[in-house]
Amino acid sequence: MRINTKRFAAGAALALVASVGLAACGSDDGGSGDGDGTTVTFLPKNLGNPYFETSDAGGEKAVKEFGGVYDEVGPDTAGPDAQVSYIDTAAAQGVNVLVVSANDPDALCDSLNAAREAGTKVVTFDSDTNPECRDLFINQATAEGIAKVQVDMIAEQIGDSGEIAILSAAANATNQNAWIELMEAELEASHPDIELVATVYGDDDDQTSFDKTAALLADHPNLKGIISPTTVGISAAARYLSTSDAKGKVALTGLGTPNQMRDYVKDGTVTEFALWNPEDLGFLSAYAGKALADGDITGEEGDTFSAGDLGEFTVGADGTVLLGDPFRYNADNIDDFNF
Amino acid sequence: MTTLAPTRPTESAGVRVLRTVLRSRELAIVIVLVAIVLFATARRSSFVFSADGWRDTLLAPSILLVLAVGQMVVVVTRNVDLSIGSTLGISAYVVGKIFVANPDTSVFVVFAAGIAVGAVVGAINGLLVTVFNVPSLVITLGMMYVLRGALTHEVGSERINAQDFPAHFEKLGTQQVLTIPVLTIIALVVVAVVGYYLHTARGGRELYAIGSDPDAAVLYGLPAARRVFGAFVLCGALAGLAGVFSTARYATAFSGTGKDIELQAVAAVVIGGVAIFGGSGTVWGAAIGAFLLVTINRALPILGISEFWQGAVVGLLIIGSIVLDRVLSIRRQHRLLEARDHA
Repeated sequence: MRINTKRFAAGAALALVASVGLAACGSDDGGSGDGDGTTVTFLPKNLGNPYFETSDAGGEKAVKEFGGVYDEVGPDTAGPDAQVSYIDTAAAQGVNVLVVSANDPDALCDSLNAAREAGTKVVTFDSDTNPECRDLFINQATAEGIAKVQVDMIAEQIGDSGEIAILSAAANATNQNAWIELMEAELEASHPDIELVATVYGDDDDQTSFDKTAALLADHPNLKGIISPTTVGISAAARYLSTSDAKGKVALTGLGTPNQMRDYVKDGTVTEFALWNPEDLGFLSAYAGKALADGDITGEEGDTFSAGDLGEFTVGADGTVLLGDPFRYNADNIDDFNF
Repeated sequence: MTTLAPTRPTESAGVRVLRTVLRSRELAIVIVLVAIVLFATARRSSFVFSADGWRDTLLAPSILLVLAVGQMVVVVTRNVDLSIGSTLGISAYVVGKIFVANPDTSVFVVFAAGIAVGAVVGAINGLLVTVFNVPSLVITLGMMYVLRGALTHEVGSERINAQDFPAHFEKLGTQQVLTIPVLTIIALVVVAVVGYYLHTARGGRELYAIGSDPDAAVLYGLPAARRVFGAFVLCGALAGLAGVFSTARYATAFSGTGKDIELQAVAAVVIGGVAIFGGSGTVWGAAIGAFLLVTINRALPILGISEFWQGAVVGLLIIGSIVLDRVLSIRRQHRLLEARDHA
């Protein structure tokens, strides 16, 4: 059989061009059909953090529910620009949805916007970037709600008067700083007898948080309570307190996970702490990303979408979606949870 | 190095010891350490004179103590080991995993496992450095990233929590004998044994000779490769021990455990007066350097110095000790020259 090579080459080239074009179309609306194959990549602040382990597990559950492809990447320690290379890689791979907890509100903006121009939908959760660098932010709770529950808990535990201190994460952590500001306002407005004597930073590192807790106790002999609005900080502080003379005398509350805090609640070091459900947070983030990728919503205020068992959600101002109210964990209910 | 100073034969042994102590490089850091403890205690007596304060003063440096001893032994041979932080992390994770698998595991088994893991890493470092004759800075830097990457890959976002450790092991983290924490006692035994070996044993002195002039040591017929290999194995084993300490004290292990602590160990060694290009320094010096570094971090908040300045203070201390070493070495050189000219 004789083949006209010229014509064959032309035909092959045409077919090639056409298939590239069709493939491009396919990937554009690939998610809009049944949603099969929507690629969702989770990028937590760092790996090794049980909080993100749980939230990303929630995300994975949601992605499996709607038949997408789930992936998780991230740096091993949290740092302002540690996530940039992971964002660039995800953009190069052309993932449909990138779900990020930002280590820094500004440092990731260039990379995130480059990814969005390449067609990736960016959903932030837990820690937001500047609103112009992402499509949606899934807020675990309002900052006001989080600040209030922590101030309420410490006030209940120390009898609404005395010295307290805050053990935070890194000094430039977006949400911790916002919460601290609101806690200060809440203390001033509603709890005039509680004095905030120090705010220290444990950098979400066990050793640093541990040493900072010891320093707080040594430096403030009249300290009655510590608020630690970070899961790593509160468990390190609890470990220190549980082996110290201050156990039972200095109250400790804040944001923690049941698995980390179980021993310390049972031995009486900690009475009550709070957290939203991170699994629900990851679950909602994945569904929000899916709704964006499908073109069901654009991130405008008033857009509504469905997130499986969690129900209907409405996008609020600045492209924010609110998960709900924080949940209090104590000796009565801690064994109902395992994360 | 003070033994090089000319001593008059008429002096009694007591005077000679006193002279050695007074001239020693270690005295300078002991004075700084005592001054910091005094200042902090004057401001808050609880810094030392409370049950927790006393315990923490002794307990907090224990992890860095064993790391600094290991690092010192490597540095004195004109090498460095930057992989000890990652080794600590792996050891801590292994300890956690052993307890997750069997909470009744004997504490001795756990210590042995942690030390063995570290020794294996040290042996790999030692082999690469001695067989291929490449700079240890590069080998151990690479090893640091390889091990941390492997650990993160293996551990992922998993985390060993307090609920995973048995009570008897957690208790070890703060247990005291005659008010001295057990971990500190173990660390001090390590300091004493390694210090004595380096000060008196033939093998120990050969480490100094190798560090002073590696080529001359080989020409002289010293088993340089074997000694350097041994130094790396010891350093790795002590990093493994530090990993066991870390889990006992913090009751947690995750992929970031021990990150950046290798540089603290190098800082402790330098502050302790060990020459970074080998050949001089003492284990006691490195140990005091570690003690000083940890105590400064605990004392600065109490002295009212912002935590953001604490890194700067440690940096100044490192630079200050290098300058001090240089000044002392120039003075010693002058003295020796004078002594020779007068002879």
